Amino acid sequence: MSDFLLIIVSTVLVNNFVLVQFLGLCPFMGVSNKLETAMGMSLATTFVLTISSVCSYLVHEYLLTPFSLGYMKTIAFILVIAVVVQFTEMVVRKTSPLLHKVLGIFLPLITTNCAVLGVALLNIKKMNNFMESIVFGFGAALGFSLALILFSAIRERIAVADVPSPFKGAAVGMVTAGLMSLAFLGFSGLVQI
Amino acid sequence: MGKVFAFHGGIHPPENKHQSTQCPIAIAPLAKVLNVPVQQHIGAPAKVCVNIGDKVLKGQRIADAQGKVSVPIHAPSSGIIKAIAEHPVPHPSGMPALCISIETDGLDEWIEHSGLEDFRTLSKHQLIDYIRDRGIAGMGGAGFPTAVKLHLGDDHIVNTLIINAAECEPYISADDLLMRERASQIVSGIDVLQHLLAPSHIIIGIEDNKPQAIRALEIAIQDCKYNIDVVGVPTKYPSGGEKQLIQLLTNVEVPNGGIPADVGIVCQNVGTVYAIHQAVKHGESLISRVVTVTGDGVAKPQNYQTLIGTPFSLLLEAAGMYTQKTSRLIVGGPMMGFSIDKLDTPVVKTSNCIIAATSTEMPAPEPAQACIRCGLCEQVCPVQLLPQQLHWFAKGQEYQKAQQHNLFDCIECGACSYVCPSNIPLVQYYRHAKTSIREEQQDKRKSDLARERFEAKQDREQRAVDEKAAKRKARAEQAAKAQAEKKAIEKAPVLTPQVQLISLQNALKAANSTVLIAQQKLTDQTAQGNSATLDLCNLQLQKAQKQLEQAQLALDAFESKNETPAVDTKKLKIAAAQANTKLLKAKQALKGAIEKSQPGIELLESTISQLESEAASATTMYLAATQESTTIEKAAVTSEAELAATTPIAPAIKASNDSKDCKKLKIAAAILRAKLKKSQTQLALLGEQPPTQPDYQKLEEEITSLQQKLVTAEQEYQHSVALQPELNSTVPVKPALKSIPEQSAAAIIVDNKKLKTIAAIARTKAKKAQNELDKLIESGQQDSLVAKQLIEDLTRLNEKVLSTQNTYQTAKGPTTNAPEDENEQLQANFAKAQNLYDKASAALIKAQADNSPAVEKMETSIAKLKSRVDSAHNALTASSSNNQE
Amino acid sequence: MSIIIAVSVLLGLAIIFGMILGFSAIKFHVEGNPIVNQIDEILPQTQCGQCGHPGCRPYAESIANGEAINKCPPGGQATIEALANLLDLEVLELDGEHDENPVKTVAYIREDECIGCTKCIQACPVDAILGAAKQMHTVIIDECTGCDLCVAPCPVDCIDMLPLATNITNWKWQAPSAFSDHSHQLIATDKRPAVELES
Repeated sequence: MSDFLLIIVSTVLVNNFVLVQFLGLCPFMGVSNKLETAMGMSLATTFVLTISSVCSYLVHEYLLTPFSLGYMKTIAFILVIAVVVQFTEMVVRKTSPLLHKVLGIFLPLITTNCAVLGVALLNIKKMNNFMESIVFGFGAALGFSLALILFSAIRERIAVADVPSPFKGAAVGMVTAGLMSLAFLGFSGLVQI
Repeated sequence: MGKVFAFHGGIHPPENKHQSTQCPIAIAPLAKVLNVPVQQHIGAPAKVCVNIGDKVLKGQRIADAQGKVSVPIHAPSSGIIKAIAEHPVPHPSGMPALCISIETDGLDEWIEHSGLEDFRTLSKHQLIDYIRDRGIAGMGGAGFPTAVKLHLGDDHIVNTLIINAAECEPYISADDLLMRERASQIVSGIDVLQHLLAPSHIIIGIEDNKPQAIRALEIAIQDCKYNIDVVGVPTKYPSGGEKQLIQLLTNVEVPNGGIPADVGIVCQNVGTVYAIHQAVKHGESLISRVVTVTGDGVAKPQNYQTLIGTPFSLLLEAAGMYTQKTSRLIVGGPMMGFSIDKLDTPVVKTSNCIIAATSTEMPAPEPAQACIRCGLCEQVCPVQLLPQQLHWFAKGQEYQKAQQHNLFDCIECGACSYVCPSNIPLVQYYRHAKTSIREEQQDKRKSDLARERFEAKQDREQRAVDEKAAKRKARAEQAAKAQAEKKAIEKAPVLTPQVQLISLQNALKAANSTVLIAQQKLTDQTAQGNSATLDLCNLQLQKAQKQLEQAQLALDAFESKNETPAVDTKKLKIAAAQANTKLLKAKQALKGAIEKSQPGIELLESTISQLESEAASATTMYLAATQESTTIEKAAVTSEAELAATTPIAPAIKASNDSKDCKKLKIAAAILRAKLKKSQTQLALLGEQPPTQPDYQKLEEEITSLQQKLVTAEQEYQHSVALQPELNSTVPVKPALKSIPEQSAAAIIVDNKKLKTIAAIARTKAKKAQNELDKLIESGQQDSLVAKQLIEDLTRLNEKVLSTQNTYQTAKGPTTNAPEDENEQLQANFAKAQNLYDKASAALIKAQADNSPAVEKMETSIAKLKSRVDSAHNALTASSSNNQE
Repeated sequence: MSIIIAVSVLLGLAIIFGMILGFSAIKFHVEGNPIVNQIDEILPQTQCGQCGHPGCRPYAESIANGEAINKCPPGGQATIEALANLLDLEVLELDGEHDENPVKTVAYIREDECIGCTKCIQACPVDAILGAAKQMHTVIIDECTGCDLCVAPCPVDCIDMLPLATNITNWKWQAPSAFSDHSHQLIATDKRPAVELES
């Protein structure tokens, strides 16, 4: 159990996917203008990350390894992620229009989120077992959500702040992201994993 | 003294009330012109009920309430309505609004009025309506119609009535002075409210910086029967806010979005209570109020009992305004009021104060700086909002979030702005955000409405289109149905020859089987040796055989009628024609030979005679065949009638077969005629050229022969035609009717004879003409002119022949009931075409005589006309043959 | 050999996934696009057709299918921003030559000149024009969307598009311009005494 906790802490804070490993920067910069959209994106990413880490684990374990096709894992995982995202989108759309309203437009964006592929690949690299894969994926998603929500909240404030005009918009966003990344560096060494 | 609680936040700005409390309430001077806005309250504006030029008395109603949340307006003084127009009003926008301008006459003459002797005798509703009719609206600031608040007792349980006498804003002292001087009247007004709302507890909330007012009120309530308290609340802005005062006095917080009545409390301003007293006790409408005129810009700050509509300039003048010193004029208090820039802005029911401020008293605000997130605004907010957050949202135009942070609970008291170290105009942000949100909501409502209306319109149009389409469809269906019915009616009696054939074959089979059965019986009987029945059986067999024969005959007749006779006659006809042409050739050869006095004439003559006999035999054969076919048909008809298996159309078919022959004959006649004409034209041509005798003769002979042929052909044709009615008459569908067609047929034959004679006369005439021509030729007078004349004569004669034929056909018409009109028309067409053709040929001849270059053209046109004539003739023959059916 | 295995395995995987998606596309098929409703909510419902669609909803549908969001002149930049926000798209400039912040207008019929042809009534998408044949027509101001579709059909050119005048009822508070002089604005901030907080 403590292993799982360690994985969570590690992925959320110490090895935060966005701010430390610099994965999934696209949505981090792109969908952080508004807190609401950032929350929607976070929810959708959490959902997809967890499920796709499970699926990719299964594919790797029961399809690629028996045929000793480990070298094909990147292609296979991209396929898995794309399908999972599409399938999720369809199911959500049918079963919960409300959730679809929140997640709807973000789900297709996640297909190309490198954090998702990164998690799948890291799971294999770290030789995580099934449960560990789930927790790892979930933790990564939590870390992504934390960074995204924090960042979007800051950006909302920056939007109405008196920013010197050369820095307005994306520039100050980049600066902010860099500062946040620096701040997260402070967590390094907290957990040895 | 009741217990006093506390509300969150609040500020303590300098009071500045003492300046205006030094003097008692003065009566403001009467203005020359009173501008009374029609909207001085929240809700719908009052509706003007006077006209320009009307004389009004003080207290007379000049505008009626419109709707529930509205109050009427009364004339503040007597005078004449000068204008009903836009005029500046006290409003933060500084924009004008509709005002009724009254030119006062200085008499200040009251309309007849009296208070209620005992308001308790009136029902509550009547009393509330009475108060409403006196135009009373909240005088604290918002101007909410008092009657609406008093009606709250209807559906809410009112425990506590709170009289708001806090007057927390700096500078204002109108209520203070009112309470000091008119405490008993206020208590009398409370009496009315107590009667209407019947609260268990009445609290007069008053800030403790007004000790004189408190004392006056306490004295006034001494001999009050009911539970009434004067509660001094700590001086703190904004304790005069309705919800804040309620919290101070009862520690009850009015829920978000609710009204005080929801928690059993009704709040009334002390000025309103005084107005109620005036209305109920004296019958005086709300036409004046106490206005504080204060600020460093006036020499004598004071409270004035001012008529509604009095311009501020008059009050300021009365108070001695220093025009130079005054930097701005503020209506209302310094916290929630607004500045005005037009001095003629009138006093309204909610104007409690006007501040003429100097620049030192109220300096221009320092420039706003960035928010430093000190949080002071949050600490002073009386409604416990987060002003800083709201500021961000308002600034970033995130109105939805601002609403989530309860922007609309903000009372715009200005406490946050007051304490802000960065001088951020927070309240203005909130006001802007609020109006923007309201605008958005309104736009949304409007767009929803537009969508609804658009969809409704589309729906309606679609419906109209659908209806039209449905109607069209129904019509088309109906038409199709009618058509189908018509068709069905037409179709029903029609039987195809095949069907007939089949039925005949069936009949034959049946007859055959009967014969077989009879034979079988006969053999059986013979075998048995039963002689008695043998004869009978024999008889039966014979009968059956007869039947069989008849059936066979009928079938054969039918089949032959359908195929054979036509073929046979055709063959015969062709043979006859061949024979004729051979004869003709031979004759020509003979002629040539005679002319050249060549040897072998005899041989030729013999050949000619042979050919002649051949031709005659062929013609007779042909005629015999035609007659035969008719006899066969006759037989068939009889057999059909006997068998009774045929349908009435059999004769029709037969008739059509007959008419085919007839047609053929007619066509032959037409061909002959054409030939005749051709040779005639040739003759004419020759006549023009220096004629060589033999050619001429030859042609003439040809013409005669052709004419003869024509005569024979016509005779043949007529014969066949004459035969037809006979055939028709023999159709034994109803034997009783037989005699009638027979008679008519006889008549026709007679007619035909007549016509024939006419034709013969015409032909003889033609012969005569020919003879004349011959004579001319003989006499050597080969003048082309005479020849032409003769040719013309010939044509005329031909025409006559034609016309006789036409008449003949018309004469034939009555025997049939078929469309005569059509026939006539066709005949006319034919005649016309013929005429045209003849004329054209004549013209051609002429042209050729003159050697005109248009000859070729004319020839082609003549050919065309010829074809036209032929076609017309064909049509005519077809139609006439149809008529004969 | 190993290549064949790899290809066939991936092919098999792809086929299975394809089947799953194909099946779910049928199984979880949803009628209508919920995003269309959201877009339609944002559009101003003038039904003016200036976007090239017959009404706001058709435009909403085509936006959902990927049409540009900057074709709504009545909505102006605010609508574009709202749409961009909803669909997470780039904020575009308004298409064509239009004012960035269009003034809201309403149709006004000069009633003296109206000949009562009913052409404008037929043109109005929201039935905001009252009148009958040979009778004077008039516009219901509250229901006019300012789409100016009635202007063109008028044979006597008696319809004007007038800006909605600001009056005392629709007046709105102006946003304070940040970091500027407020001398003519709110008076509550005028005074600068020492801050007294409740002790």
